[in-house]
Amino acid sequence: MSISVKNISKTFGAFRALDNVSLEVPSGELTALLGPSGSGKTTLLRIVAGLEAADDVGDGQILFDGAPVTDSPVNRRQVGFVFQHYALFRHMTVFENIAFGLRVKPRAQRPAKAEIKDRVFELLKLVQLEQLAERFPSQLSGGQRQRIALARALAIQPKVLLLDEPFGALDAQVRAELRRWLRHLHDTIHVTSIFVTHDQEEALEVADSIVVMNKGKIEQVGAPNEVFKNPATEFVMKFLGDVNVFHGRIHNDAPVFSERPEGENSVRLLVRPHDLTVQSQPGAGVSIPASVYRVLTAGPLVKIELLDRQNNLVQVYVPHDVYRATPVTPQQSVYLVPKESRLYGNENERIEYVI
Amino acid sequence: MKKQDKAKKGLGFWENAVLGTLALAVVGGLIVLPLGVVLKEAFAGGVRLWLASVRDPDALSAIRLTLMVTAVAVPLNTVFGVAAAWALTKFKFRGRSLLMSLVDLPFAVSPVIAGLIFILVFGRHGWLGTWLSEHDLRVVFAVPGVLLATLFVTFPFVARELIPLMSEQGSEEEQAALSLGASGWQMFWRVTMPNIKWGLLYGVILCNARAMGEFGAVSVVSGHVRGETNTLPLHVEVLYNEYQFTAAFACASILAGLAIVTLVLKTVVELKSGRESA
Repeated sequence: MSISVKNISKTFGAFRALDNVSLEVPSGELTALLGPSGSGKTTLLRIVAGLEAADDVGDGQILFDGAPVTDSPVNRRQVGFVFQHYALFRHMTVFENIAFGLRVKPRAQRPAKAEIKDRVFELLKLVQLEQLAERFPSQLSGGQRQRIALARALAIQPKVLLLDEPFGALDAQVRAELRRWLRHLHDTIHVTSIFVTHDQEEALEVADSIVVMNKGKIEQVGAPNEVFKNPATEFVMKFLGDVNVFHGRIHNDAPVFSERPEGENSVRLLVRPHDLTVQSQPGAGVSIPASVYRVLTAGPLVKIELLDRQNNLVQVYVPHDVYRATPVTPQQSVYLVPKESRLYGNENERIEYVI
Repeated sequence: MKKQDKAKKGLGFWENAVLGTLALAVVGGLIVLPLGVVLKEAFAGGVRLWLASVRDPDALSAIRLTLMVTAVAVPLNTVFGVAAAWALTKFKFRGRSLLMSLVDLPFAVSPVIAGLIFILVFGRHGWLGTWLSEHDLRVVFAVPGVLLATLFVTFPFVARELIPLMSEQGSEEEQAALSLGASGWQMFWRVTMPNIKWGLLYGVILCNARAMGEFGAVSVVSGHVRGETNTLPLHVEVLYNEYQFTAAFACASILAGLAIVTLVLKTVVELKSGRESA
């Protein structure tokens, strides 16, 4: 089932949480809403679910498979919603939690007792927690609770599955494991899903497509590779992974980064740490002078911290073998040469240039 | 080493002994002793006299009125309390904090003033007095007045007990229930109610105790009509003022008995709810 969001706005008092947002989520895909806190991603998810109403202005609409659901309340929308803090019914066993959605169906549609039991155990098997059916939520770990919450949401055979920061309350190791598991689960059941996260790594790893949000607007929509390699805006580039920012100015049609620029010629060069090479001599194109501050060799990559001429910290990640071939020592003067970079002008417009 | 030990324990033997004795003296002198006196005086003339005092028609009528008022006030305030707590904790709206303070009003106002309010509104010279007498309705100095005063005074108990509980629990479980297709009623009975049941029961018990024991507000509006508008606490006062000490204490012992039953119930509820949330 595809989801269409059309011209949705939402204000809380004076705060504009969503500003005329439109979005298409194709059927069967796993989409990530990615953004910092306050970017409106959770609000958008809750409006899709029907837990929150959009501002009643203009022609804002939510459509499932082309049919408007804007006026149907959350309990008629048949959405599976997974909360950040699980929201399991604390007085019910795991079994009863999962069975809830089936038990509250109108009598005519309610499955028989045996059928409910079969269905619950089927779901428990899907989330690999069959042995916990008689436990109470307080007796489960965070990761187990979240999987039960997911099973409960799936029990009603939802048209769409919506997850609000599903791994936000878990520790790093469980997160990584559950991420992989969620991707695997989605590959098994193929229900159209949207999940909200502020963790770019999570979005890049799990989603088919990523929607980057900032200040109530969508900055970019695309496949993980696409948004990572081709960020549409400076914000997207900064939000998706570490980035070094060099301040410079245009001089004779070429950017220079020696002193702190002022005025309208100023530009910013954005380079990811792994896209910089450290050389002892300046290269042919853009070369930024810097001095080595610290070298960290523990870890999968060597992290070199440098200070540029404006005393800003620059980070460079180099593979160990490359570093062994061209080692540097603190205080050493070097040149930084970007392999891949993006240049942005005063008005945040992107400037094309040739190195 | 010894000094450290002492610091850890905080107090020495003598300090503990003195403080402990003081605490026991206060509890004993202010709570246990009066209760003992009530029971002793009630049975001073023997069980037969106690039974006679309790079986007196006026006493029986007072017991009946007290039970009737309690039976009406407690369920009503349970419904009001749940509704108020629900509105105040699950929704954000303009005037919410004002409403929150209004719930507490009966606690803040002296019960006598509360009684006077009803006299001013429903009394012969009150706002609605003329209209009421035209229609031959009596509120003040009649059973409806006693009921209204009790309702007013006991209003906050259930709401006060539920508001902190429900705001701590938040509304995510309710939202989850809705998203799973539950109707409003199903959500309330299957998710909200089980989560608040012990707090609710606790509030009901406190409300019940106050409804049976309320004196000030009821005293102002009842008019002390014997056999008609006297509740049990008022009846005790009347008897006492007439120097019928044994009868007064006999009736008081019934109230004290009800209080002890309430305390036991309250303790059971606390133990049970503590065990369940553990």
